[in-house]
Amino acid sequence: MAVTVYIPAPFRRLTANRSYVEGHGQTVAELLEDLKTRYPALGDMLQNEAGELPAHINVYVNNQEIHSLQGKATPLKDGDEVAVIPAIAGGQDLTPAQMERYSRQIMIPQVGPAGQRKLLDARVLIVGAGGLGSPAAVYLAAAGVGTLGIVDHDELELSNLQRQILHHTPDVGRPKVESAQETIDRYNPDVQVIPHRVRLTSANAMEIIAPYDMVLGAVDNFATRYLLNDACYLTGKPFIDGAVFLFEGQATVFIPGRGCYRCLFPAPPPAGVMPNPSQVGLLGVLPGVIGVIEAFEALKLILGLGESLAGRLLIFDALAMEFRQVKTRRDPRCPLCGDAPTIHELGDYEAFCSSPAAGHHVGQ
Amino acid sequence: MSVIVRIPIALRKITADQNSVSADANSILECVESLEASYPGLKERLCDEAGEIRRFVNIYVNGEDVRFLQGLTTPLKDGDEVSIVPAVAGGGG
Repeated sequence: MAVTVYIPAPFRRLTANRSYVEGHGQTVAELLEDLKTRYPALGDMLQNEAGELPAHINVYVNNQEIHSLQGKATPLKDGDEVAVIPAIAGGQDLTPAQMERYSRQIMIPQVGPAGQRKLLDARVLIVGAGGLGSPAAVYLAAAGVGTLGIVDHDELELSNLQRQILHHTPDVGRPKVESAQETIDRYNPDVQVIPHRVRLTSANAMEIIAPYDMVLGAVDNFATRYLLNDACYLTGKPFIDGAVFLFEGQATVFIPGRGCYRCLFPAPPPAGVMPNPSQVGLLGVLPGVIGVIEAFEALKLILGLGESLAGRLLIFDALAMEFRQVKTRRDPRCPLCGDAPTIHELGDYEAFCSSPAAGHHVGQ
Repeated sequence: MSVIVRIPIALRKITADQNSVSADANSILECVESLEASYPGLKERLCDEAGEIRRFVNIYVNGEDVRFLQGLTTPLKDGDEVSIVPAVAGGGG
């Protein structure tokens, strides 16, 4: 019997980069022997010291795992499609389509099938489906981050499309969370989008954030940024933050206990001192750059890769096309995460950010 | 002591669009005064009425926030890089 054997990307170096090879045998056991003869290196991956199929390799016949059939005695007939898929720790595996879709990142040694599983199991909350949130959501979805919560209260305006690439022209007037969900579905149906069509407030923030592994901030005002900062610290979630102004962007990561936004900027500017972000022009590519950096930081945190921006504020000057960084620290005097904290629950952030006292250091 | 001061885009109207300027100063306070002499109006953006650094503006010396050093009295030496970094709110929303 001649069957087609699907070779997932991580094994293709063993089959001269071929995605499919022909195989022969009346049963799966005979097919495996045939493959060992013709692709010895692949054969080594398909048997353990005892000569048995290793527990982390799953074999599918016409998309059915052989344990649900007759194991290695499963009969084969001409034209069957067989796939040999490496499973990962915990026994959860990836479908052949997932192995194919994510093959370019699974072939990164630090990612592999196990890393892909982590991505698919990860839950990231993106707050804001605008200029920063759009590119972040697109790349996290494409990478297969399995659950993306999206918080946005607004409806799409025509003037948003210059930078908010989650949405399309026919979406004008629709809730952004709806068009975001549709766009992400088209990019990657593996991703479950949880729309939160609300304005984040002190009353709902803790509850919304709780089920997620981390929060990616993509907000355009100080009040929501301080609210997110406090809610992330109080719920123990990493907070990836980004901000843009004209030709300049900032990005950083706050890990609870290692400093927070209040340690970096103890108080917002008094109302009226800084122009309202919506009144400042920008090219869409600026939040594009910063949103993608935020997405990269989320992927690194999920995968446990490299060094995060925790402890550093990255500053991007698009005119000079220059990245610089400064250190961030936990401030022992911080009212939220310092040695003698006074903030134990969420407060009134609109008042905090519009008070004439904002920008002054109160109580020290 | 000659130092380089990195100017954020929000303050470049005051520095004639220069993204970095030089200053002659032995401390952050002297640096701020030197900047004010060359670029009037800059000090007000960095310091409040009491003369303290505003809470939404950070000043760094070689990447270290002076609030974690000696604040305005933080000494400067030749070649130091001083960065002014304001809080930024925009999200491209």
